Amino acid sequence: MAKKAQSTLTNMLLSLTAIALVAAAILAALNAVTQEPIAAAQKAKVENAISAVLPAFASLEDQDVDGKACHVAYDAQGKMVGAAIEAGNDKGFGGHLQMMVGFDADGSVTGYQILETHETPGLGAKADLWFQKDGKGCVVGRKPAEGGLTVKKDGGDVDAITGSTITSRAFLSIVNDAAKTFTNITH
Amino acid sequence: MNTKDIIKNGLIKENPTWVLILGMCPTLATTTSAVNGMSMGLATTFVLVMSNIVISLLKSVIPDKVRIPAFIVIIASFVTMVEMVMKAYLPDLYDSLGLFISLIVVNCIVLGRAEAFASKNSVGHSALDGLFMGLGFTWALTLLGIVRELLGTGCFFGINLIGGADGMLMMILPAGGFLALGFLMALINQIRRRSVKKS
Repeated sequence: MAKKAQSTLTNMLLSLTAIALVAAAILAALNAVTQEPIAAAQKAKVENAISAVLPAFASLEDQDVDGKACHVAYDAQGKMVGAAIEAGNDKGFGGHLQMMVGFDADGSVTGYQILETHETPGLGAKADLWFQKDGKGCVVGRKPAEGGLTVKKDGGDVDAITGSTITSRAFLSIVNDAAKTFTNITH
Repeated sequence: MNTKDIIKNGLIKENPTWVLILGMCPTLATTTSAVNGMSMGLATTFVLVMSNIVISLLKSVIPDKVRIPAFIVIIASFVTMVEMVMKAYLPDLYDSLGLFISLIVVNCIVLGRAEAFASKNSVGHSALDGLFMGLGFTWALTLLGIVRELLGTGCFFGINLIGGADGMLMMILPAGGFLALGFLMALINQIRRRSVKKS
């Protein structure tokens, strides 16, 4: 076995500095390589969500309304067909819940996609399907402006996810919040 | 120390989860599904192998008094690499494991193997030790994930086996994690003890 370096001040300084420098260099290089794919992956996620929640459209216009990113969709004639709105809050059971909610021109929900969730698998995480068109707590086609879009426990008429009332409340408050923003969109 | 011993130690005799009981935080937190448990195990395995190799290579140039900070810098670098690569190419998996990837840095299995094995043994043996300790951790987490997912949601690696029926939700929650871990640990150590007695 090679002779072990003694714990002198010079040795300690030299070895730690060298290790830290090499580590920093490697990480910097890898960061440069992965930066683009990371940004691309995030962008693809948002784009997929937009096309999943909106009816067919020809062009998109990005707007910033009430601090939320809104993607307003137009058909070939330049008529607005709907908008996808990124909204979220921290009321979820596991913390932040971020969603893309789609509306048609008169404010009815056309669909939603969950962008970021920390809900419990098997419980709150079911929100990705529960409120969809064939789900038990369907919100697609509903018009949040007409009210009633809260869980039954709170006097509304949406079936909450079994065992996940907190997630359901967070979800519906995001949908209602996005609907409010939708009315402020200029087109 | 021969190769066979290293393999056996990692997988069974000194299995980090069932016998050494190290790294319980990621063990309980990421095993809500079999896929999550397995991915966490594999990410940890990668870090273990790489950090064991590098630490074994550098063992004669790292003075004793600064070995812990040196090890941590090396381990943290590899963890950050895993994190960046996963974020770039497996964003969905990154979303579900999230925070726990960065926490591999403080997983005591990794530092424990660096200190107890890699800083005293050859590069080849250290790499092997890292690999099989990591695989020992991986199979433990995968098994725990399978049991919890099966009881909790009725799914096996995401494939639903019980139709529309609900699982025992508690098994997915932290309480179920402790229960499953305890029962599996008792069972596995019983089997281990029997086979030791026989031989």
